[in-house]
Amino acid sequence: MIKFLAKGLIRDRSRSLFPLLAIIITVTLVIFGIGFMEGAMNNFLQSTAVISSGHVKVVTKAYEKESNQLPNDLALFETDKIIRTLYNMYPNYFWSPRITFGGLLDVPNKNGETKEQAPVFGIGIDFFSEKSRQVEIWELEKYLISGHLLKSRDDALISSKLAEQLNVNIGSAITLISSTMDNAFTTYNFNVVGIFNLNKGQADRQMILVDISGARQALDMEDAASEIFGYHNSLYYDDEDAVRIRSDFNLTYSDSIAQMLRNEESYNALSYMAGWNKISNAEKRKLPKQRTDALSDNQMYDNIDEWEDLSVEDPAIFTPKMIALRDSSQLASMVDFSNVAMSVMAAIFLVIVMVVLWNMGLMNGLRRYGEFGLRLAIGESKGQVYRSMIIEAVLIGFVGTLLGTLLGVSLTYYVQEFGIDYSEAINQMSSEMVLPNVFYAKVTSELYYIGFIPGVLATVLGTMLAGLAIYKREMSQLFKELEA
Amino acid sequence: MKNGLILFFLSYSFLFTQSDQMSADDIMKAMDQNLNAESRIITSKMVVKGRRSNRTIESKNWVVGTELAFTEYLSPPREAGTKMLKIGEKLYTYSPQTDRVIQISGHMLRQSVMGSDMSYNDMMEDRPIDELYSATIEGSIMLDGRDHWIMILDAKVKGLSYPKRRSWVDKEYLLPKKEELYAKSGKLLKTASLEGIKKIEGRWFPSKFVYKDELKRNSKGTEWIIDNIQFNKKIPDSRFSKALLRK
Repeated sequence: MIKFLAKGLIRDRSRSLFPLLAIIITVTLVIFGIGFMEGAMNNFLQSTAVISSGHVKVVTKAYEKESNQLPNDLALFETDKIIRTLYNMYPNYFWSPRITFGGLLDVPNKNGETKEQAPVFGIGIDFFSEKSRQVEIWELEKYLISGHLLKSRDDALISSKLAEQLNVNIGSAITLISSTMDNAFTTYNFNVVGIFNLNKGQADRQMILVDISGARQALDMEDAASEIFGYHNSLYYDDEDAVRIRSDFNLTYSDSIAQMLRNEESYNALSYMAGWNKISNAEKRKLPKQRTDALSDNQMYDNIDEWEDLSVEDPAIFTPKMIALRDSSQLASMVDFSNVAMSVMAAIFLVIVMVVLWNMGLMNGLRRYGEFGLRLAIGESKGQVYRSMIIEAVLIGFVGTLLGTLLGVSLTYYVQEFGIDYSEAINQMSSEMVLPNVFYAKVTSELYYIGFIPGVLATVLGTMLAGLAIYKREMSQLFKELEA
Repeated sequence: MKNGLILFFLSYSFLFTQSDQMSADDIMKAMDQNLNAESRIITSKMVVKGRRSNRTIESKNWVVGTELAFTEYLSPPREAGTKMLKIGEKLYTYSPQTDRVIQISGHMLRQSVMGSDMSYNDMMEDRPIDELYSATIEGSIMLDGRDHWIMILDAKVKGLSYPKRRSWVDKEYLLPKKEELYAKSGKLLKTASLEGIKKIEGRWFPSKFVYKDELKRNSKGTEWIIDNIQFNKKIPDSRFSKALLRK
């Protein structure tokens, strides 16, 4: 039966070619549209994650509050120890310390006097450690225009825009003028070994990249870092997982350290009080907690507006705190909005495509009105005619969807590899968010089956609806209709 | 004996009458006479009270008038060998780490000196206050048992870091005990106080300055402690050459 119907479809092109083409085109569009939206969103999040937020990151509570000022005086201490703890707690992520700093870049002339000067945004990244995947996630080999990657502590990579502004080339010596983590004035010499263009709009306009060992030396930040970035081993941002580990870390690790610091502080403060030595050790152990609670109740810690000079700076402001990508750079609403928007857009796209294919099924059924009448007149039962229509629809839908999926996935894969360049438009935008110049699509597992919803389901449903008319036809009227 | 007592009281009442009758301009001139000299050689330490720890930075300064100043940092090791030279409106810094002489200008002058509550502008603007401000006396007040004028100083020159100041000037020492430094908008930017005032080479001079940047949240202030100061010593011109920065 299927073989018979298939032959009919192949021989009668009006019955198969147009519906097949319509299904292939719509399924291809559905798959590419969804793949491109997924990919573009992932590009945007990954760009932001690489440059400014990580999938999650750890900072001190005080640093988070003032992060827009790059306050390295509030940086994390003992970063090696924190990183070891993070690897133990969350082995699905890899962790990397980072120092972000601002300052001026000074280019000397032959006599060592200032030739050019420009503001700079510097990032000290852990490129050299054994486990580091930073070259991979920054894709520096791809974005390096000239020169080579960092080889020593005093090497620096400079963005093409900044290099052009300062008129520096590979081999130039540049002096960073900045502040140490004690806010002291500092100067440090770097050698330009590479020039890069990240293709991410204005994000790298004033950027230099150095190894974290160089940044530590320049800014006097031994075993300290502004932030510790965490990326999922797969490099894909999973919002739910990031939020889960952020909540877990802050609830267990961060809060327990904060409490310990407060208690130590209270203990030290109490030890200066008269009569301290007369209190039994058991009582002493209880007291810090009571004092901490009392201070906390009074909100005396770190509430300078209310308590002015009497306020006590909460020692817990230097405890590490984890932030998920969605928490920084106002990305929460962006992530939520994009998730909803993508679902809505995908749903609308699917509905439109389904209506088109449904309509096609209906039109096809109506076009063959006479044929069905003849088949009924020569003795075929209504059920047989109806079933054959549906089987035909399934065959066309299935073949069309297969071809459409093949074409759609191929197109998506091509754009995943080569991308679509929006450089001119992105370069004209100035935004806090890091927007990539080239958007890439993404082939995901759902693309292999999503096409079957409009391709098969809509076609079959359309045919089933059109086929209902068969049951309304009266045998006695058939010959009259045929004569007409 | 009796005559002696009368003479004593007379001289004191004369002193107080003279002090109370001083005009605002006279007070400013007297303050300048105490604070400024033809030349100064100062060995000092700056205690910067950070949010996590305190740092002490030792330095030696050579100052001639208000135009020339040379500072060499002696400790801690990271800062040792760093030098600064002020010639008029220009400020140069040398760091042995980079072996570069860099001119500090523009917004960098508003940056903190060695992480302290003092900016490079604070260091640069040491011209006599009489030249920079016009003053009015707001009233008198007792502070720590000593009589003080409260003075309002308004800038008469454009471009100053602090267009308005309020000073509590000790009537005997003729030095400000404390000062509030304001922006043009009236926002309090910094406070300063002078402590340990003693007579050195015939003038009253503080042995400790405490600066506090009021814009820095939780700032604990910076103490500048004068260990040794010599006034009007001959300083050779070569001290203020750029070449000396590298030596």
